[in-house]
Amino acid sequence: MSAPGAGDGSLVDIRGVEKVFHRGAEDIQVLKDLNLEVPSGEFLALMGPSGSGKSTLLNLIGGLDHPTRGTVSIAGERIDQLSDHRLAAWRARHIGFVFQLYNLLPVLTAERNVELPLLLTHLSKAERRSHVATALEAVGLAHRAKHYPRQLSGGEQQRVGIARGIVTDPTLLLCDEPTGDLDRKAGDEILSLLQALNREHGKTIIMVTHDPHASARASRTVYLNKGRLTSEPTD
Amino acid sequence: MKFLYLIWGNLRRKKTRTVLTLLSIVVAFVLYGFLSAIKQALTGGVSLEGANRLIVRHKVSIIQLLPESYKRRMQKIPGVAAVTHQTWFGGIYQDPKKFFMQNPVVPDEFLDMHPEILLPAEQRQAWLQTRTGAIVGRKTAERFNWKIGDKVPIQSSIWSKKNGSFLWEFDIVGIFDGREKNTDTTPMFFRYDYFDEARRGGTGQVGWYTVRVQDTARPAEVAKLVDAEFENSSYETKTEAEGAFVQAWAKQIGDIALITASILGAVFFTILLVTGNTISQSVRERTGELGLLKAIGFTNAQMLALVLAESCLLAVLGGVIGLGAAWLLTSHGDPTGGMLPLYFFPARDVIAGFAMCVALGLVTGLLPALQAMRLRVADSLRRI
Repeated sequence: MSAPGAGDGSLVDIRGVEKVFHRGAEDIQVLKDLNLEVPSGEFLALMGPSGSGKSTLLNLIGGLDHPTRGTVSIAGERIDQLSDHRLAAWRARHIGFVFQLYNLLPVLTAERNVELPLLLTHLSKAERRSHVATALEAVGLAHRAKHYPRQLSGGEQQRVGIARGIVTDPTLLLCDEPTGDLDRKAGDEILSLLQALNREHGKTIIMVTHDPHASARASRTVYLNKGRLTSEPTD
Repeated sequence: MKFLYLIWGNLRRKKTRTVLTLLSIVVAFVLYGFLSAIKQALTGGVSLEGANRLIVRHKVSIIQLLPESYKRRMQKIPGVAAVTHQTWFGGIYQDPKKFFMQNPVVPDEFLDMHPEILLPAEQRQAWLQTRTGAIVGRKTAERFNWKIGDKVPIQSSIWSKKNGSFLWEFDIVGIFDGREKNTDTTPMFFRYDYFDEARRGGTGQVGWYTVRVQDTARPAEVAKLVDAEFENSSYETKTEAEGAFVQAWAKQIGDIALITASILGAVFFTILLVTGNTISQSVRERTGELGLLKAIGFTNAQMLALVLAESCLLAVLGGVIGLGAAWLLTSHGDPTGGMLPLYFFPARDVIAGFAMCVALGLVTGLLPALQAMRLRVADSLRRI
């Protein structure tokens, strides 16, 4: 599960990024002249109050949105210049997402949910099955492969979400409040799992969180406030 | 194919809604099958029966008779290869529900004119030798359990015998089959010489003529010559293609094609709305899930294809079940017991029906598919 890095440079390199949303006649500047470097193999926690722009920044890193100004490079590739079509293909190859509410498809079993990103590859059915089994094994849910999301606990559903995020062995794993909907025990298990993926498999992880307990598990924490990054929390 | 379980899973999401929509599509296509069979029964002869044959009837209407002597005059018209005639007998067997067509004909001329009627040589010979002999189609023979050698009474609603009786008796000397599937095997044909001699009125007059032309490329020219031959006489004629003549019979009910097209138009428009609403609702309900698919790398084109495939699967599934059910239900043949002898679901309409269900899927899925394609990932993920 080794991720391709950016050579000697940072895996994530964000320079002078601004993001402005247009709401009617009003322009809302969410990110302001933002710079961020994340080296390969880092587990970065991104904290900040609601509305500070954490999810917006995560969307820009994940290629789900375009910046208004500035550059976003991942593994040496300028993704802010890619078309929607190429960006979709890029996401399939390089990004794994983990969401607060798991975002599993309720009509599919755990293994089918995990298989979804692999449908976009040229892998054979047998190869896809093998990858799915490995990912479920990695999150400790091999025995729940045939279960539907409704038959799983919140913590188990999030594990399936993580398995789906890592099944393609992406360059970067982006987690948006991965423990936000879980109790403390289940949350701890998820954080331990993310930590293991980072330490044992070298996976680069960027995690948005409100929870200082969660950010303590990361190797570095940065704070976002009113669209600007700081290394210390601000009131 | 690898996306099939995803598409199928989405359809299984709200089982009741999917089943009800599926059933409405099934019912629409069963109705389509029935109406196609009825249309085929009423107009089927038009496109399939001999293009080399013309029908000559009285210019005023089909119920006006023509002189039997016209035959010899027609035979002399350039381009005419053969001439024979028939007359509407309008009889019933035992009770009015047991109606079928019986016409007096000249056996040799008639059989030569209609090669699609298959009659064994010995039965043909028996007919020529039996003055009261009649041949009957396989379907009617089976319907009434008639066998060769039976004597059958037929009550005419038009023709009485010289003794005033409307009851005629015929000896079954042959049972004919059809060369093609759409050859009508319900009529009975009996000898004109027996009929003409025995009837009280109308002697020497016939219902209509069938003319075979020498050159199939010039039937219109021959038709003009025939009508010109009898112009300004007491019995002016109207000559038309055999198919048009059969259709004219059906049009006594109304414009069958228009009636069936109108009913089907209304049904399919309703189905379009029902299915379209189901797919739209289904897509609206899972905006977040569609956003997820885009987030993990599904392209706009793949999103479009995914939703279209879902609506097409629903429509094709319903359509194929409906077409299959219609095929089965119509395969038992004429449900009226003789009024619709060519009642079957034609293969060309089955193929057209399949094309219609694919089109239904594409049309109903297009709008929701475009919505899914245009989803902004970041916005849709917030709607979980």
